[in-house]
Amino acid sequence: MSKMISNLPKGLISEKWTSHKGKINLVSPSNKRLIDVIVVGTGLAGASASATLAELGYNVKTFCFQDSPRRAHSIAAQGGINAAKNYQGDGDSTYRLFYDTIKGGDYRSREANVYRLAEVSANIIDQCVAQGVPFARDYGGLLDNRSFGGVLVSRTFYAKGQTGQQLLLGAYSAMNRQIGKGRIQMYNRHEMMDLVLVDGKARGIIARNLITGEIQRHSAHAVVIASGGYGNVFFLSTNAMGSNVSASWRIHKKGAFFANPCFTQIHPTCIPVSGEHQSKLTLMSESLRNDGRIWVPKNKQDAKDVREGKLKPTEIPEKERDYYLERRYPAFGNLVPRDVASRAAKERCDAGYGVNKTGEAVYLDFSAAIERYGKEEAHVKGLDENDTSVVKKLGDKIIRNKYGNLFQMYEKIVDEDPYNTPMMIYPAVHYTMGGVWVDYNLMTTIPGCYAIGEANFSDHGANRLGASALMQGLADGYFVLPYTIGDYLSKEIRTGRISNDSSEFMDAEKKVMDSLSNFISNKGKNSVDFYHKKLGKIMWDKCGMSRNRSGLKQAITEIKSLREDFHKNVTVPGKIDEFNEELVKASRVADFLELGELFAKDALERTESCGGHFREEFQTPEGEALRDDKNFKFVSAWEHKGEPSKAVLHKEKLDYEEIEVKTRSYK
Amino acid sequence: MNLKLKIWRQKNSNSSGEMVDYNISNVSPDMSFLEMMDVLNNELISKDQDPISFDHDCREGICGMCSMYINGRPHGPDDLVTTCQLHMRKFKDGDTIVIEPFRADAFPVIKDLVVDRTAFDRIQQAGGFVSVNTSGNTQDANTIPIQKGNADKAFDAATCIGCGACVATCKNASAMLFVSAKVSQFSLLPQDKVEAKDRVLNMVKQMDEEGFGNCTNTGACEVECPKGISLENIARMNREYLKASIKD
Repeated sequence: MSKMISNLPKGLISEKWTSHKGKINLVSPSNKRLIDVIVVGTGLAGASASATLAELGYNVKTFCFQDSPRRAHSIAAQGGINAAKNYQGDGDSTYRLFYDTIKGGDYRSREANVYRLAEVSANIIDQCVAQGVPFARDYGGLLDNRSFGGVLVSRTFYAKGQTGQQLLLGAYSAMNRQIGKGRIQMYNRHEMMDLVLVDGKARGIIARNLITGEIQRHSAHAVVIASGGYGNVFFLSTNAMGSNVSASWRIHKKGAFFANPCFTQIHPTCIPVSGEHQSKLTLMSESLRNDGRIWVPKNKQDAKDVREGKLKPTEIPEKERDYYLERRYPAFGNLVPRDVASRAAKERCDAGYGVNKTGEAVYLDFSAAIERYGKEEAHVKGLDENDTSVVKKLGDKIIRNKYGNLFQMYEKIVDEDPYNTPMMIYPAVHYTMGGVWVDYNLMTTIPGCYAIGEANFSDHGANRLGASALMQGLADGYFVLPYTIGDYLSKEIRTGRISNDSSEFMDAEKKVMDSLSNFISNKGKNSVDFYHKKLGKIMWDKCGMSRNRSGLKQAITEIKSLREDFHKNVTVPGKIDEFNEELVKASRVADFLELGELFAKDALERTESCGGHFREEFQTPEGEALRDDKNFKFVSAWEHKGEPSKAVLHKEKLDYEEIEVKTRSYK
Repeated sequence: MNLKLKIWRQKNSNSSGEMVDYNISNVSPDMSFLEMMDVLNNELISKDQDPISFDHDCREGICGMCSMYINGRPHGPDDLVTTCQLHMRKFKDGDTIVIEPFRADAFPVIKDLVVDRTAFDRIQQAGGFVSVNTSGNTQDANTIPIQKGNADKAFDAATCIGCGACVATCKNASAMLFVSAKVSQFSLLPQDKVEAKDRVLNMVKQMDEEGFGNCTNTGACEVECPKGISLENIARMNREYLKASIKD
């Protein structure tokens, strides 16, 4: 029977992590050599954990479905990574980062975990610089910072619009060092198919070699899931095509509780959908809101003319523009948190002010910033500040320096030049705060099975602040898990090598084989994508930016019948023992079709609005989220009972000892 | 748009492949190249035929997984983009498009357009890292200022996505641009100095062992690199290599 004990250390918040670390059981260097650890996923969390565990002396086996660990989707993170360094001397501190994160998460995350995250954040930057990560620097050679949403300081470290890439390549290089030494065995193009439990403990996984189709049994003393989030349940999202919930979902079905599945982040600045053929959405970094101003036309007629191509945005005069974020939230302006910015965009578009063909887009305009930077630069260079062409040229250059790759991406996709006409953007699914429930040690409700990075639920509550995902992934992988896992593994030093020939491994292998065979022999009439797109549409329409009771109930029924139809009528060409992408997709979509239902169920039962979870029935007269702290100040952790509709809810009460729980305001 | 596609089909690494013709209609200019491939694959699946395998993941030009050789150019006719960022507006109604895998001895075909690029990983494992433990016991990040010019150049080199276009386009199938990007990133930073010599020697040795050719300064790699990695990096690596060799 799974038990949910959060294992939070006692004592002052600022001393919890230090005292916890001091009391954790250790494994001696000679014993570490006798212990195997499996890591699934090689994003920031998985790569950093693999490297650090191997460095400590454990035998690590790491799995990723991509052709190289360097390609995990952390690579696509753009804007930056937060750290409470206070290099700018603008009043930042560990406490402030902690406070901002709790508030940003709308008071639905665990205080102790968040404080630890803020505490180790500064160390991440030191570590990455030592690894040769080329962060942006100023002319004095010191590290530069920018601002992200929901905070009033500049604490975000960045490498142009490719921060995720640079951090992941740093973690990948740390892994490479260990792979080269034989401390990590790397399994590229392998998919985890199931978790194997022996006597209730996680003892290994069943994996499939995606090139040959071979099903393999891998044993270990502990299994770490670092497989990311489940945004692709929406089909269209900013996730990579291969991002999936399967590893998390399979452990859920083996006993790991799944927490807050309905807490999803819809990112306000993405390139709008262009047509039916669309396979994914592209993010335009939140860092752009440092310099871009978001607006729609003030008059409905102007918006209509823009949509019909009769009017250009640059022809709309300043006074006819509605900078609605600056209007509604003067204190934070364009840098309100993501959930707030997304809902505000939806509100304007629903009211008829949207600016592209579909009516689902708003402007992100850089002209003011280009002029401001241009004038500044002209002044420095002693050129004429009133010469608009000189100012424009200089301003463009500064913007190109800051966001060049993002502007280029936009231009290639939309075929418009954002230096001369405002970008069009719209919210899109980006990140999932919910995930596998873990205790303070990052262990799931299955002994020996851990979840780190986006795959777990612990740090971001109901809404994640920008540039905090990279921070959490690396904090978990470099600095938290390698300590906390030792506490469990210290009891495993006498276990010896674990056999992968036991009946538990054989049974799990057979089940995987049977389920794959079913797909191949099904010979239905619809492709996997057909079902994935249908699921995505239900999710977006009924479990998206705003949700209501009747919509969620419909979603539950529709997803259930779609799932039944899928198992009856899906077609998967080819065979099991070969490179077969459709088979891989079928197996992942089957899991999404279950998760989707639990997601809707979780959203239905949480009868309050908080962070990214907006229930239309629960809002203030101004249309802001209305929390119900009396009844919902808890983490919803779901226990699997055969199918999503039978899942049992367990509540982890959230106690706020440090921070006073208040209504979140960015006005 | 209606298009004629000539696509390389190869069952697996042991079989020989061939070009196969396909027709596709109603292609929207707003589609990405890979979305066009998705449409074609869904048509093939509905006709009970084997879909075309190709590598792809992020579809925003950063993971480096997509790898098609389109009309004789890696990542196709547009500049500074990967295949996933290439849009159909770059083609005209009635065009014939030839699609092949990235070809090199060191990149064996796995299936259709999918190739094995793990040789790149092995080169990185030979020395593409700074030997610092990830324990967090490092000095404060601002202790060593780095001149902005060098930091920016190191960043430019570090933006390599490891896609292999440089190898695919090179008549020698040389991986010099890829390897030099990593060597350059580190050689421009103070963290490198201790291991500089071993790094360049080991990485170049591994590159040779993997069967990549040498550089004859044609410069095709720089032209086709979706991230615009500069040929200067090769010069910098040669300098590092020479320095490391002379000291012996």
